[in-house]
Amino acid sequence: MPAVQQGPELLGSALAVSAILFSLGVAGVLLRRNAIVVFMCIELMLNAVNLSFIALAQQLGREGHVFVLFVMAVAAAEAAVGLAIIMAIYRHKQTVNLDKVNLLSG
Amino acid sequence: MGMAIDVSVPGGMVLALLPELLLVGWMLVLLLAVAWRHKDEGDQQLAGQLALVGLVSTLLVVLWMWLRDAHAESLVGMIALDGFRYATSAIFLIGAILVVMLSLGYLGRESILTPEYYVLVLLATVGMLFMSSGADLIVIFLGLELMSVSIYVLAGIDRRSAFSAEAAVKYFLLGAFASGFFLYGVALLYGATGTTNLTQMHLQITSLGLETNLMLLCGIGLLLIGFGFKVAAVPFHMWAPDVYDGAPTPITAFMAAAVKAAAFAALIRVLLHALVASDVVWTEIVFWLSAITMIVGNLVALAQTQLKRMLAYSSIGHAGYILAAVASGSEEGAKAFVFYVLVYTLMTLGAFGVLAAIGRRGERDVRVDDLSGLGSRRPWMALAMTVFMLSLLGFPGTAGFIGKWLVLSSVVQADQVILAVLLVLASVVSAGYYLPVVMAMYMRPAAAEDSHSGAQLTGAARWVVGVAAVLLLLLGVWPNRAMDVAADGAEGLRPAPTRVFTD
Repeated sequence: MPAVQQGPELLGSALAVSAILFSLGVAGVLLRRNAIVVFMCIELMLNAVNLSFIALAQQLGREGHVFVLFVMAVAAAEAAVGLAIIMAIYRHKQTVNLDKVNLLSG
Repeated sequence: MGMAIDVSVPGGMVLALLPELLLVGWMLVLLLAVAWRHKDEGDQQLAGQLALVGLVSTLLVVLWMWLRDAHAESLVGMIALDGFRYATSAIFLIGAILVVMLSLGYLGRESILTPEYYVLVLLATVGMLFMSSGADLIVIFLGLELMSVSIYVLAGIDRRSAFSAEAAVKYFLLGAFASGFFLYGVALLYGATGTTNLTQMHLQITSLGLETNLMLLCGIGLLLIGFGFKVAAVPFHMWAPDVYDGAPTPITAFMAAAVKAAAFAALIRVLLHALVASDVVWTEIVFWLSAITMIVGNLVALAQTQLKRMLAYSSIGHAGYILAAVASGSEEGAKAFVFYVLVYTLMTLGAFGVLAAIGRRGERDVRVDDLSGLGSRRPWMALAMTVFMLSLLGFPGTAGFIGKWLVLSSVVQADQVILAVLLVLASVVSAGYYLPVVMAMYMRPAAAEDSHSGAQLTGAARWVVGVAAVLLLLLGVWPNRAMDVAADGAEGLRPAPTRVFTD
């Protein structure tokens, strides 16, 4: 298993990529206005975290792997519920632009 | 001594998870029942009553385990068996029971016909139970998600209401966003310590001297952002007023009381149990969160004219008070938390219960002025509302006062005098929006001859409001027993100080 032997090097780059992906996700959530795109950015954040877990689990043991499986299951459940909710708002407003979803003003 | 449970054998595991298993099993039964009968309001009532039976029996199991002092034989496990778990679980279950009782009349009146509502309430409650019983970040994460996903649906359960749908979208997007931060925090904690188990994490941090490890600190920061969103602490609160405003009122009460309490319970367990060695860092952050939350929540609440939005901002202010107890970082603070959350659950559910009785079509248009003359037309309802408002304010003689006093004393013991002063000042400011409600009810005449004729507490909702008001008064004048119970609930949460102080 060469990957394990080069662990430290690969670990650093994997964590860096994960941090970059996560930041991209956060930026997307904050900047984009389409609910579907925002949701995709959230999924990107979750998958960035998954990458971290996988990279760390090489050295730290199985808990990281287990966590990734759970995160995937949870993300699937969230997607099912989230898309249904976005459908519901579309039926009311005929748009999924978050700037137009403003009946309740903060 | 009490009942020692060996979680390494299947029987012990079942016993340790008995409340959760019972509630999940009952939820499945309920799901089958509503799949079979979901045609009319009668079926929905039946579903609600079945949900009540499940919640009450789970509460009894939790209390039984607490009375028998069930504890684990080994120290390291994924499920905590301690007073904190039993105390907080009991509070969540009480909250869920009151919410179901409020919903029994509410759903029919608003003609929302969705018996799966009760299934989702039960599922969310299971998630809360796991959040307070998880001694491992995996369990806490799963509990958090189970609760959140159920609540996303519940916020949008009124499918004809655009407000409800909008609340659901906002809550879902920001909730999932917060989960991302929480998860990244967990990943970094795992990376720093090599474990997700809270007890082992504490041991690793102390034995390897990781108190100020950069990865660990980043993890703590991200974790606090995630929790900050879930408990609606300023500056992560912008979703809360909109979501509380748009969701059906019993669900708003559920979110403001039980959901917030569950997030706090998990936060306190993680901070006090696993990260206690780094408490210098997180008490500082929580201190500031608490201070801003108290100030902003209370000041913005002053400007609200709609009752429902006012209560939403007031619940943000209360999150600030609870955060102050967390910032004390002691078992004293955890005790204050347990007591405060019990009281807060009762007064929040009570106030929203009255609001639901006064309003129609989502209660969005009930203004504080609309309560004028309620004192003479509906004296009992006005009296109960007065008790809730005074208790939320922290008026002496009500349980809210004792709760605030406990929080204050824990804050002072931790030498955070500034926070204590801010807490008192914030409470004074909060009088500026709680008292007008009382004044409107008693000192102003009703707007019209027939105003409040529709305001009626029916059936189970009457019990919720009545019991909550009576309990708040009882706990206000006779708090000793409940305080002992709260102290029992906080005992042993913070590991004994094994670390060597270097500073």
